[in-house]
This record gives sequence, structure tokens and C-alpha cells, in this order.
Amino acid sequence: MRRNTIWIRTSVSLLFAVCGFLVPASAQNVGNAPATDHFDYAELTKAPAKARARKNPQEGNTEAALVGRKLFMQHCAECHGATADGGKKAPSLLVDQVQQATPGALFWLLTNGVVRRGMPVWSKLPEPQRWAIVIYIKTLGPPASRDAGAK
Amino acid sequence: MKTLIAATVFVLLFGAQASRAQESPYMVTYDHYLEEPGNLEVEYFSTFGTQRGGNPFVADWMEFEYGVKAWWTTEFYIDGQSTFSDSTLLTGFRWENRFRLLQHEHFINPVFYMEYEQINDADKILKEVEGHDVESDNAEPNALARRDLNHELELKLLLSKTFNGWNFAVNPLFTKNLLPSEPWEFGYAIGASRPLSLNASANACNFCRENFIAGLDLYGGLGDTESFGLHDTSHYLAPVAAWNLPSGWTVRLSPGFGLNDNSHQVLLRWGLSYEFAGFGQHISSLWGKRQ
Repeated sequence: MRRNTIWIRTSVSLLFAVCGFLVPASAQNVGNAPATDHFDYAELTKAPAKARARKNPQEGNTEAALVGRKLFMQHCAECHGATADGGKKAPSLLVDQVQQATPGALFWLLTNGVVRRGMPVWSKLPEPQRWAIVIYIKTLGPPASRDAGAK
Repeated sequence: MKTLIAATVFVLLFGAQASRAQESPYMVTYDHYLEEPGNLEVEYFSTFGTQRGGNPFVADWMEFEYGVKAWWTTEFYIDGQSTFSDSTLLTGFRWENRFRLLQHEHFINPVFYMEYEQINDADKILKEVEGHDVESDNAEPNALARRDLNHELELKLLLSKTFNGWNFAVNPLFTKNLLPSEPWEFGYAIGASRPLSLNASANACNFCRENFIAGLDLYGGLGDTESFGLHDTSHYLAPVAAWNLPSGWTVRLSPGFGLNDNSHQVLLRWGLSYEFAGFGQHISSLWGKRQ
């Protein structure tokens, strides 16, 4: 009986220890990346050529930008900010690296996430919805052009 | 302690925003999607089961699911049950961890699942079916069944793929009662699901087709290391449906049916969940941590 108790305690302790080890190790870079950190955008350049070259099947669909805006507010604004200018957990999407990326590259990033940097994979959203988000992001434009437009 | 609890409740009610999640409809099968980092999902589930040779029961459980990282989700369960003409009791707790093994999406996406369970024999939530679990195991009166406390380690490999809006998931299961004399037990869960519409509407709406996801759960036991196979095992087929509301609530419903004489004839499950966005950040801010 005593042997069984020791076995159970040892097993449970090991399980807790494994997870306890992972918490502090992973907490080192919990969402503290500055919004303009170039490292945040490096992932976009990793999109395979075939993925970068993909055309947005909803290009020119004016309704898609509205759909994309709704989906962005529901799923993305929490981290990237309601105006997509970056938040405490995720970088701005208004910068050149994002705005000049091809729709295919943005779609690839949305699908695959940047798991080690805290961005989940979004392949659970159906493809038409992910393309709509890409269209919406592309309508935001870089800060400079929006400022110029305002003047 | 009271201050801590009060502060946590306050954050839950007023601090954290609702997150409109795209939750899967599965009750038993897992896909490869983890909780968004920093989000807390509070879930309540209930299973009504018929019982030959005993009284029907309602088994309830609460889940607190937290996204530690984009590749790691941890979850705490509290189980209970109420058997008609018998009694109502808490039956134990479970602590589950899921780890995404690959960074990007692949043809098949594996997630490693590890759970510690401390539950007694009166537990009837049937969140998984393993080994030689059969209907008659649950016919024992609660007063007797609750005496046997089990410490179990449960491992799963969650294999999942989403293609053209369809999600397909297969979960082989390996369970070990932590007593050295007990064998490893095996089981499986297979699921398929799809939103009713792949296109979204431009306006937030409760009854849009894209808010509804329907599918199937198929699960059962595969024996153990001493007696592997389908004999003396139970199996279930259960249509599943989820309704994801823009407000952050998800409602799930699943009528399940036993596929052989060892299975409960009917397992009717339903669940209600709510996702709090940025819960981790709000809790950290209570202690003045850097954001």
C-alpha cells in the first residue's frame, strides 16, 4: 500500500514539475514585444513563394472589406488594437512590412500564425473569412498615406 | 484570500472583454486548435444518461480553460453527478494540458495531450471512454462507487486537419491508473465538423449560418494491455452542434447513442461556455506586472 502511495505521489509530482518548469520558461516573452519590433514582421518573409503569389479570390468584392472589418474586430482587434495600430500583445498592421506584403503572404501568416510569438493559427476560420480579413487589413494603408489623405 | 477572490470575480465581470470565439462543436474529440493566449474560457457541460440495471443520471462538469501560450493550453475540470433516486456528489477533478507540437499548419497537425485525473468510481461524465468501460460499471450505487478513488494519467495524440471548411480529428487515447498493478487502457475518438456557411455576413448577427457548426463524434474503448481489442468495450456515435454567439457565448448540444449492448443507450449532452479575452493580462495588472 505504501509503495503504491509513493508511486502515485512521484508520478503526480513529475507531472506538476514538467508543467511548472514550462510556465516560467515560456513567460519570458509573454506579449511584451514592442509594436515596431522588426522581428515581429520577419515571419511574413517566410511565406513560401507559392503562398505569396496566391491571388485573393475576393479582390474587388466591396462587401468583403465590411465582412473583414467585422471579423477583424471579433478575432484580431483584441491583440492588434481596434485601429490595427498595435497593442501590448501584438504589432501594428499599418506599417509598410504588412501593407506592402502580398495578399497571399498575409493569408499564409493568418493561416499559420506565429505560434512561438503568441499569435494563434487561424485556419479554423474558413478560407473566405480569412481572405476577407486580408482585404480589410489592406484597406487600412500605412500611417503616412492616411495622414497625407487627412490633410 | 477573500480579497483575492473578490478581485478575480471583479476582473471576470468587468475587466475582461468577451471574445467571440469560433469554438468547435465536439464534446469528446479534440481538434488541434488551442485557446488564444491570455484568454479564459469557462465552460459548463451536462450529460444525461440512461442506465440499464440502474437509475438514469445527470453528470455535470465545469472546465476552466486558459491559453498560457499559443502552443500551450491548460485546463482544470471539476466533475460531479446526480443519480436519480440515489444521491448527488462531487466525483473529482482533472488537470489537462495540451501542447502544439509543430509551429505551422501541416497536412496533419499533432497536439500532445496530458491529463492527470483524481476521480472516484462514481464519476459518470464519460468525457472519454477507454479500456473495457461498459454501461454496467455505472450501475453501482453512489455510496459504494465513491469509495474507490483513482489517480490516472491520460495521454492522447490529437491529430487534426481542416480542409475546405471541414475539420477532421482523430484522437488515440492511452490511460494509466497510477497503481503499478493496473494495465494501460486504450481508446479512441474521431470527429468531423463543418460550419453551416463558410462565408460570413458583414453585420454581427446571432442567427447567421456561419455561427452554427455541426458534426459527429465517434468514440469508444479498445481494451487494455492485458486484453486488447473490441470485446467488452462500449462505443458511441453522437451528432454534435455548436452555436457561437457574437457576444462570446457558445451553446453546444449532442445526442449520443450507444452502438452495442455494452454502451448506454442514450447520452444526451449539452454545454454552455463563455470566453473572457485578455483575462491573463487583467490578472497580471492586479499585481502591477509589466504589460
